Amino acid sequence: MDTAQHELEQVVYQRPESLMEVDTHYCPGCTHGVAHRLVAEVLDEMQVRQRTIGVASVGCSVFAYNYFNTDFVQAPHGRAPAMATGIKRCLPDRIVFTYQGDGDMASIGMGEVVAAAARGENITVVFINNANYGMTGGQMAPTTLPGQKTTSSPNGRDVETQGFPMQAAELLATLEGTSYSVRRSLHDPKNVRMAKKALRTAFEVQARGMGFSIVELLSVCPTNWGMTPLQSLKWLEEAMIPFYPIGDYKVNPALAGLRF
Amino acid sequence: MAKEMMKGNTAIAEAAIRAGLDAYFGYPITPQTELLEWMSVRMPELGRAFVQAESELGAINMVYGAACTGKRVMTSSSSPGISLMMEGLSYIAGTEVPMVLVNVMRGGPGLGNIAPAQADYNQIVHGGGHGDMHPIVLAPASVQEAIDLTVLAFDLAEKYRAIVVVLIDGSLGQMMEPGELPPMAPLKTAIPDWAVRGGDDGKRRTLSSIYLNPPDEEVTNLRLERRWQEVQANEVRYKEYYLEDARYVVTGFGSAGRIALSAVRAARAEGIPVGLLRPISLNPFPRQVIADLSERVEGFLVTEMNAGQMLDDVMAAVAGRKPVEFYGRMGGVVPFPDEILGEIKRMVNGQVPMSGHPRDRWLERMPRAN
Repeated sequence: MDTAQHELEQVVYQRPESLMEVDTHYCPGCTHGVAHRLVAEVLDEMQVRQRTIGVASVGCSVFAYNYFNTDFVQAPHGRAPAMATGIKRCLPDRIVFTYQGDGDMASIGMGEVVAAAARGENITVVFINNANYGMTGGQMAPTTLPGQKTTSSPNGRDVETQGFPMQAAELLATLEGTSYSVRRSLHDPKNVRMAKKALRTAFEVQARGMGFSIVELLSVCPTNWGMTPLQSLKWLEEAMIPFYPIGDYKVNPALAGLRF
Repeated sequence: MAKEMMKGNTAIAEAAIRAGLDAYFGYPITPQTELLEWMSVRMPELGRAFVQAESELGAINMVYGAACTGKRVMTSSSSPGISLMMEGLSYIAGTEVPMVLVNVMRGGPGLGNIAPAQADYNQIVHGGGHGDMHPIVLAPASVQEAIDLTVLAFDLAEKYRAIVVVLIDGSLGQMMEPGELPPMAPLKTAIPDWAVRGGDDGKRRTLSSIYLNPPDEEVTNLRLERRWQEVQANEVRYKEYYLEDARYVVTGFGSAGRIALSAVRAARAEGIPVGLLRPISLNPFPRQVIADLSERVEGFLVTEMNAGQMLDDVMAAVAGRKPVEFYGRMGGVVPFPDEILGEIKRMVNGQVPMSGHPRDRWLERMPRAN
């Protein structure tokens, strides 16, 4: 190719440096890959890759430490916010984030995440809500919708006996120590862009020492939902969003005017 | 430094601080709470990390995270709280990061009570969580020994990338006696190469206890077992009293061992040739010392504040060569030296059968509730 043509070439899309060059184990159509990429882009943009420690959880994202090109530890089921607390208190100038699914954070780990938020722990939680336990094969999660069929609610979640789903972003927004609690969705490009901006804001909250930040990301699980990837995106939009509205549940007023 | 009157719990806390503790995470539970309270004042005052966690689950996982950074970290609790920490301990063992745990044991099972007991021996010495793992367990019998072993615990934890448990009962945690604290050691500045630090040196590090491919897990298991062999070869600790010419041996750890010493002294005053072996490292257990003693003495009396948990380890070491008797008090009841003296005399004056089990004979002697 001649020089003139070469100069016209421009990289418009490439793997973020904060992602490893490896294949993931995620199923086709799963939005974990999108969420990973968004977090990695934010770490790249903030130029914090070499001072970031991630905390993986138990669930489909258990191997997140293989996919992010940063230091990583792997927590017991639900305990990632406690582990992140220990790391952050020892290394306060590092960026520390957890990456947790709904079973991990909103069920077995609800105590740890609420306590971390109440303390105003200066960490960021990336919370993936796909309305079921993915890794163990699609059981009912705290986020499973009323009437939703799973392998452990085969007739659909009966709220009379199995209770109601957990709205984590709203719940954590009630705590004084939380600076930023929002819900976004990964079902279409516009929402993906909004999710990226929210993740950036959440990490900026931490970088500014403003306390606890969480981004809940509505995600799909086509394998366990028994749908094609496209059907699952549609189901997310039509069934999940009415129960889990996209929105900002808590935004520290000190964030107003910040542009990044 | 001069001796001062100190409570066991606060002496351990201050000893840990002076040993260069970087971070403490804990949760209130009697009879260990003074340790947490001491940390809540001293750690922030020194600019070090302190968090009162939301639970023992929170505390042990904060320790886990902090330990992954290569800092000196510890937590403390008492029996029911230790049960909650089992999950975290197993992960910490599997990740091979060092930590120190203080267990101030109380009466159980269940909520039990807040009085002194030694009934977590099996849980800690033969357990500490799921999977093949071996915490190092140190059992002091005085405030001074608690101070010294706490300092040692950090060195052993880092040397073997292991969990070190300082195992005491509520009486040692609560009682005051003179002790001498070490001088303040500087905080560790070297970061171990395995520790996560955010990759500021250009290296990427991950720490986990997951080995999905079974042969990889087995390699890890073998590495941990071989490291444990090394611990067994180098870290057995115990104290002998009047054993040179003893024909009978009393053995007990921690407070039970200390009470037994009074009984042994009283027996000696009456001319009874008895000595005391007080294991200090419960894990690794002084198995060979007991095996060697069993070649030359006539019998053993094991005394504990539980239903005979160390008894099983003593019997395995004696291996049927000599009779073994057992005397225990439980549920927060502390034996008097006179009770143990009575047991010594019963053993020396009577025929101890080689058949049957010492626990059955002890239960036969204990009163029945009506």
